[in-house]
Amino acid sequence: MSVWAYIFSVLRAAIPAGTPLLYGTLGEVTAERSGVVNLGVEGMMIMGAVTAFGVAQATGNAFLAVAAAALVGGILALIHAFASITLRVNQVVSGLALTMLGQGISGMIGKQFIGMPPRVQLKPVPIPGLSDLPVLGPLLFQHDLLVYIGLLMVPVLWFLFYRTRWGINLRSVGESPATADAMGVNVFQVRYLAVLFGGLMAGIGGAYLSIVYAPAWIEGMTAGIGWIVIALTIFAMWDPVRGLLGAYLFGSVRVLQYRLQGLGISPPLLNMLPFILTILVLMFSAGEAMRKRLGAPAALMQPYTREER
Amino acid sequence: MNALPRIRLEKRLATPRWLGVATPILSVLAALLAIAVIFRLLGVNPLVAYGRIFTGAFGSLYGLSETVTKAIPLMLAGVGLAVAFRARVYNIGAEGQLLIGATCATGVALFVPGIPDGLRLPAMFVAGALGGALWAMIPALLKARLRIDEVLTSLMTVYIASELVNHLVYGPWKGPGEWGFPYTDKFPLAAQIPRIGITRIHYPTLILALLAAVLAYILLQRTRWGFEIRVTGENPEAARYAGMNYLRTAMLVMALSGALAGIAGVGEVAGIHYRLRYPQGISPGYGFTAIIVAWLARLNPLGVILTSLLIGGLLVGGDAIQLALGLPSATVYLFNGMILFFVLGGDLFTRYRIRIEIPSRAAATPVRLEREEAL
Repeated sequence: MSVWAYIFSVLRAAIPAGTPLLYGTLGEVTAERSGVVNLGVEGMMIMGAVTAFGVAQATGNAFLAVAAAALVGGILALIHAFASITLRVNQVVSGLALTMLGQGISGMIGKQFIGMPPRVQLKPVPIPGLSDLPVLGPLLFQHDLLVYIGLLMVPVLWFLFYRTRWGINLRSVGESPATADAMGVNVFQVRYLAVLFGGLMAGIGGAYLSIVYAPAWIEGMTAGIGWIVIALTIFAMWDPVRGLLGAYLFGSVRVLQYRLQGLGISPPLLNMLPFILTILVLMFSAGEAMRKRLGAPAALMQPYTREER
Repeated sequence: MNALPRIRLEKRLATPRWLGVATPILSVLAALLAIAVIFRLLGVNPLVAYGRIFTGAFGSLYGLSETVTKAIPLMLAGVGLAVAFRARVYNIGAEGQLLIGATCATGVALFVPGIPDGLRLPAMFVAGALGGALWAMIPALLKARLRIDEVLTSLMTVYIASELVNHLVYGPWKGPGEWGFPYTDKFPLAAQIPRIGITRIHYPTLILALLAAVLAYILLQRTRWGFEIRVTGENPEAARYAGMNYLRTAMLVMALSGALAGIAGVGEVAGIHYRLRYPQGISPGYGFTAIIVAWLARLNPLGVILTSLLIGGLLVGGDAIQLALGLPSATVYLFNGMILFFVLGGDLFTRYRIRIEIPSRAAATPVRLEREEAL
């Protein structure tokens, strides 16, 4: 196999591998744009994974499985929203609590699913016409539906963020909630919706792991992906397009991680790769953020209240 | 227009003393109630489960001794985190610092020749503390030099530390005498921490933990540095105006919490297992559970002594119900997460009065629901 063919095969595999990260990152980017950090992504994802697997086993319907996973992710996100937006508790600790809760409940629910063969699997759906393109066809257009939807959400979110009233409201709430409030934007509503959206997306990302990528239920199967999502959100500078790049970059690392095992490198050392890369990516983003002065939403992690303005 | 009741928070000027004590207790009780509901939904009888937890942890001398045993790493790591969190430095990586401490101690126990027997254990404790502190320097330096938030980086170092331990016990450090298990060889006698009688309480580590709690309390309350930590955490801007060096404080509390977590790791390998094992075999997430221990103590190092015993008991009871009711080990995380949520919520009562306003047509008189009445 030539070098180019090898790179191509890695990239092709990186797209499904990066899809859970993409969903998670797009959701977290939206939540953080409104000024709320949700460190519970890992917990929402693992709950999405166990829910999707369970519903898929019970109904045999992949669509229902994904919808249920999104719903569960959304419900968990609302707990964080209530804690951090209404009660104004510490967002870091509340997110951590959400992650622990998700790991605990998913472990309890999932015990019965361990070792079960999956009942449904999302099959690749080649897009007529586009899938016959040279190189791009097999790279992008011969995947399953969730890959396409994830890809499609990137331009949709970009458009919503930068070209609509709704996006202006979202960003203004994250930059200066007091100003947004004075302009008549319902700060609390916008933040609740943004955090809810983050939960729906994390749930779908988890579903992708358990009914498409693995497909199986393995306890703790998210294995840090939710945390990488948080880092990718910073790397993406809260921008959906850069989020896409980051997600597929980490997808490639995941693919390489498995392939390099064949060369006799110790698997634990390879397992470190995504986490070391996460730190490197954060260092890179920090430097760039300082250079370009493109920072986080100004009101990130700041609860808003009318009284203490 | 809006018929939904609005929840408003009013800042308290001062927290009544009794409230500071009652809140954590009530928070845990409320969390246990919520967990009971989840148990019920998952088809586990909560009364049976709680009965087993209680008798498992506190119902026998063996249970009590195990509770103390598990409280040791929680106390050490929890004291360090309480100090760090006081400065609003979120070291989430205690689990990794614990593992690195365990690794360094193992290195000294098995691979450094020529240490006199009497100095072997002290050398291991020093190595573990240094290892934990240095490992904590990764997120600390990234924060100080590049302003990278420590939450994520400290968490990433947990995964890296855990894979490092995996690499060692499956690879270069795998003991030839361990029947193929991912363990190192057993420590020599001079590298084993003595225990009380037939229990697993490795008392020298316990003494270190108690000492750490008292010293940390004195540090916070009686020293200039402790004052800087408290001011930095409570009012970062005031600290800046007063010329306090935030980054130096952050580095110091990171190093301190890393060192204490490292010592906890030494205790686990040298006091319990007598060997380095795969990560989950050394610590079922003590470093993460210590976060709850610290919050539950309302970040008071002396309070950590009590909360580590309480949570240690929950862990022992948790083991008991896993065996008896066939629950997975992840159940512990359900307890952790739920307790953390309710402790956070409970904290709110100590800082704010909660007012629930029901918008009425006639008068805008808000209905006051203060904590005293709500109870």
